[in-house]
Amino acid sequence: MTNVQQPVSLEDTPFYKKQLRLALRNCGIINPEKIDEYIAMDGYMALGKVLTEMTPQTVVDTILASGLRGRGGGGFPTGRKWQFALNNVSDKKYVCCNADEGDPGAFMDRSVLEGDPHAVIEAMAIAGYAIGADEGYIYVRAEYPTAIKRLEIAIGQAREYGLLGKNIFGTDFNFDITLRFGAGAFVCGEETSLLTSIEGNRGEPRPRPPFPAVKGLFGKPTIINNVETYANVCQIILKGAEWFSSIGTEKSKGTKVFALGGKIKNTGLVEVPMGTTLREIIEEIGGGIPNGKKFKAAQTGGPSGGCIPAEFIDTPIDYDNLIAIGSMMGSGGLIVMDEDNCMVDIAKFFLDFTVDESCGKCTPCRIGTRRLYEILEKITSGNGTLEDLDRMENLCNYIKANSLCGLGQTAPNPVLSTYKRFRDEYIAHVVDKKCPAAVCKSLLCYEITADKCKGCTACSRVCPVGAISGTVKNPHSIDKTKCIKCGACMERCKFGAIVKK
Amino acid sequence: MKSLEDLAEIRERTKALIQLKDGTYEKRVVVGMATCGISAGARPVFDTLKEEVESLGLSDKIEVTQTGCIGICQFEPVFEVYEAGKEGKVTYVKMDAEKAKKVAEEHLKNGNIVYEYTIGYTKL
Amino acid sequence: MENINVKVNGVSVSVPAGSTALTAARTAGVEIPTLCYLKDINEIGACRICVVEASKARGLVAACVYPVSDGEEITTNSPKLIESRKMTLELLLSNHKKKCLTCVRSENCELQKLCKEYGVEFDDRFEGAMNKYDIDRSASHMYRDNEKCILCRRCSAACEKLQAVSVIGANDRGFDTHIASPFEMPLGSVACVSCGQCINVCPTGALSERDDTQKVFDALSDPTKHVIVQTAPSVRVGLGEEFGYPIGSIVTGKLVTALRRLGFDKVFDTNFSADLTIMEEATEFVTRYTNKDHLPMFTSCSPGWIKFVEYYYPEFIPNLSTCKSPQGMFGATAKTYYAEKEGIDPQDIFVVSVMPCTAKKFEAERIDHSAVKGLPDIDVVITVRELARMIRKAGILFRDLPDGEYDSPFGLGSGAGTIFGATGGVMEAALRTAVKAVTGKDAECLDFLDVRGTQGIKEATYDLNGNIIRVAVASGISNAKKLLEMIKSGEKEYDFVEIMACPGGCVNGGGQPIQPASVRNNVDIRATRAAGLYQDDLNLPVRLSHENPDIKRVYDEYFGTPNSHKSHEILHTGYTVRKKY
Repeated sequence: MTNVQQPVSLEDTPFYKKQLRLALRNCGIINPEKIDEYIAMDGYMALGKVLTEMTPQTVVDTILASGLRGRGGGGFPTGRKWQFALNNVSDKKYVCCNADEGDPGAFMDRSVLEGDPHAVIEAMAIAGYAIGADEGYIYVRAEYPTAIKRLEIAIGQAREYGLLGKNIFGTDFNFDITLRFGAGAFVCGEETSLLTSIEGNRGEPRPRPPFPAVKGLFGKPTIINNVETYANVCQIILKGAEWFSSIGTEKSKGTKVFALGGKIKNTGLVEVPMGTTLREIIEEIGGGIPNGKKFKAAQTGGPSGGCIPAEFIDTPIDYDNLIAIGSMMGSGGLIVMDEDNCMVDIAKFFLDFTVDESCGKCTPCRIGTRRLYEILEKITSGNGTLEDLDRMENLCNYIKANSLCGLGQTAPNPVLSTYKRFRDEYIAHVVDKKCPAAVCKSLLCYEITADKCKGCTACSRVCPVGAISGTVKNPHSIDKTKCIKCGACMERCKFGAIVKK
Repeated sequence: MKSLEDLAEIRERTKALIQLKDGTYEKRVVVGMATCGISAGARPVFDTLKEEVESLGLSDKIEVTQTGCIGICQFEPVFEVYEAGKEGKVTYVKMDAEKAKKVAEEHLKNGNIVYEYTIGYTKL
Repeated sequence: MENINVKVNGVSVSVPAGSTALTAARTAGVEIPTLCYLKDINEIGACRICVVEASKARGLVAACVYPVSDGEEITTNSPKLIESRKMTLELLLSNHKKKCLTCVRSENCELQKLCKEYGVEFDDRFEGAMNKYDIDRSASHMYRDNEKCILCRRCSAACEKLQAVSVIGANDRGFDTHIASPFEMPLGSVACVSCGQCINVCPTGALSERDDTQKVFDALSDPTKHVIVQTAPSVRVGLGEEFGYPIGSIVTGKLVTALRRLGFDKVFDTNFSADLTIMEEATEFVTRYTNKDHLPMFTSCSPGWIKFVEYYYPEFIPNLSTCKSPQGMFGATAKTYYAEKEGIDPQDIFVVSVMPCTAKKFEAERIDHSAVKGLPDIDVVITVRELARMIRKAGILFRDLPDGEYDSPFGLGSGAGTIFGATGGVMEAALRTAVKAVTGKDAECLDFLDVRGTQGIKEATYDLNGNIIRVAVASGISNAKKLLEMIKSGEKEYDFVEIMACPGGCVNGGGQPIQPASVRNNVDIRATRAAGLYQDDLNLPVRLSHENPDIKRVYDEYFGTPNSHKSHEILHTGYTVRKKY
């Protein structure tokens, strides 16, 4: 044990201190399976307030004034969505919650649902009152069994307390919620696909317009908000729009939860005010890059987003700044990359995901992304040409402009953003046939530095294909024609004599 | 529930309970039991804490409960101890059943923080 | 509805509010290419060929589904759009089996046409992995070659929206998406009704009828066979389209000559056996109506409809007329009466049907009630498209042919027989004869207009000497299903119901010439072809089945009276409950 006093509480760590937990306020504090504990944290007070003191229009006005924007991807102003739905006269309307969190590495919605399910339920009821809906659907991934279980318990308890159902708080407002489980298709996070899936059909997008606020679930006016968006609503009602809009930047209010991962010391969920810089997140909250490596880029927005190079590390993060520097907020994945990451490989990784998750409805996404992936494969395998780079860029722009839904329209972003910011790496792959970060297998080779090799034979013994030859106490060498580039030798060498180039 | 008054009543009652102000419990132990915690092994930690508190005869003084994600992935499983009349909390990280047993004995029963298991003293 | 003003490529037009950019463009005299779009059936904006620039939208929008708003400006042909469409075509081609030289749809392929228009060459700019699929030849009526499929989804939309059976749809996702039945079951093993509507809407050669032309050529060149052919009523208003005639042209004379020149020993008219069907069916109806026996009675001419009942509504099997279809009655009569009369061994008679229908291929394989035990009533069924193929292959210049006449003894058909090809036609023909049967004299006016027209469901009530007859007519299985549900629930009661599986009846059958979406979206081919049949009805000297001299003779010489014991044995059939899985 050291003599310096170390923090014994999470709250006193630098990881925690820079955070501002609004959406995650109850996560890690209350027991999510006890509605009383949620109530102890002012739960359902907001619903009580809107039902007894506010008109639907004043609720919408409050959300509008707060500046809350959608946390699921596009950042559309939540209040405007609600206003459209309120304005559309219909015998039936729906409130949907998008809990089909699918970005690789993102799990903020799961955390909210598992840690504070009532926050979503209460907010949906408020939304129902605001737009004039009496029915809600939560579309949650079937791969989230704990979230589903806690939602089921929470909905049950809310019904038991009369906080869902008929005549809530003795008013004439009725609202209830049904759970729908997603079958694992990423595209169902796209709002029209989500609706199509709830309706019982194959999860595929449909053209907009008509927008869901006009013609949504079962053809009725519908609002769809993301879990994290809802998690902010009750506090805005209780503490007021001014309080919320005092947090954040001019056009992006409140906080954002990020799933921090990649080459970073502290991984986890972090919630920070909009406008926090990448540097604050990476260096202060995240504790910096491990092993003394250099920060190269941060990937935000998942497969729809892009890479932010080191030169923008001091940019305050908000919706508009991220778009301006070629990325996007997305649902909040934040993957940190260091000098050992190949940007072409990163682009290929994300594209591989979208190729796999494309629903196959429209031509640009179904065939275009696949062809784009094939071009990247060609480049990373050392067979790319400068014409391929032109073809790649053309195809990216085509897919963006022509795809039917957001999945396809944003699928080329990881390629476009890395090509824009790290063009030299692409050029190195096609012209020099080198992967500067030594990631792309086909383009790298392992070599033994003769003056460092002690001739211990450890490498030759571990090589699975017998590519290393040499005699005891003499420098060994690798037969590149036999080498399968598995890296076992390099791991084994105690003298740092083996390098990959 | 028919009115806001009913709601406020539940709120005040439960708030006092979980903030350890109504004299029901002296300590509250919350185990991070979101998917991340469970997959890292929070279930045996939770069970051990329950059993230990039981066998130490502290069940009516200490509440062991679950909560959602505390947010620090690489430290899971995590639990935190709140004590009546004390500010702040103690965060125990990278727990397992063995360590939980020790914390139950040392901290929950005897009131001595097991520093080596707390967040500030744990290296990854 | 109020109109709005929009500009398409700078040209101002006024269109009803809610119109799509596609409609607005057409109003302005601009054709925007489409592939997945099929009016009222498939409006999904999936293929992205019809992208346009709209002043009130971000990015490019699909014209087929984009509603224009007042004052909006639409651009349909900027260089960017042309390039976008070209790339879409190149991408489609990059995963398309480019066997265009020999493809059944060559020169009638919507993809090929667009590629030509947009100057897409096979330069393989986007060459890459291609999906490999086996051709599904499991069904008795069609093939599916998914390597030619461009996933426009018109087929699955037709299957779902027109026919309400939904046996095909998209399986897998992304690049691996393909059209198939649930659980990858072969089409021959699922509850498909064989209507062939999917083929008619396919823009490429991915779907095609089972080609049976070689079997016909083989029979024609076999000296031991007496090869006879029958042509269904609607063939005479369909075939012309294959040779450049306007839709709905009556080409009966050339049809007969072409068949004769192909080498058929006798060329007969299914109109004859349609009349025979009326004699049997009208009699059956009068009996059942009098005895209140399983009413409503449903017609049984449409094999897709029969298959539908057997799969999905077996409880209505007792309500089906037991009459074989006109095709079946023809084959049965040919192998019995005709064989006897001509002194030919039925084994040596080879009966070919030219049908507007793919389900007829399936029907021909139902041999458990054939007239001569062990012999099928019908040997081969070819569609109108296959006949056209045979005519071309034989080098027959169809347009130059002189008119020919059908052969005796099955060469005369009445106007009542000819209108079998349009929805409501069977009902009208039956009513013409039923009036005589019930009242003893013919109706003053032979045109039963209430049951004509392309609406999905039609109803009428007739008073025949105090006998109130409530009839309904439906075409398209989704309409038939609606009607069945209304009957089942007791909401509607009828005595006699005509149902055709294909929307509009046989004129729009799954074996008729394929008209591209650009035509289907703007011309009602059902109504246009039907108009040809109603004209034919007016042109014919005999308009009543019971007045057809060939019919009178076949009863005098062979069957005796309608519904006689002999006719029951030869002209009637039975049905079977089919399991869906």
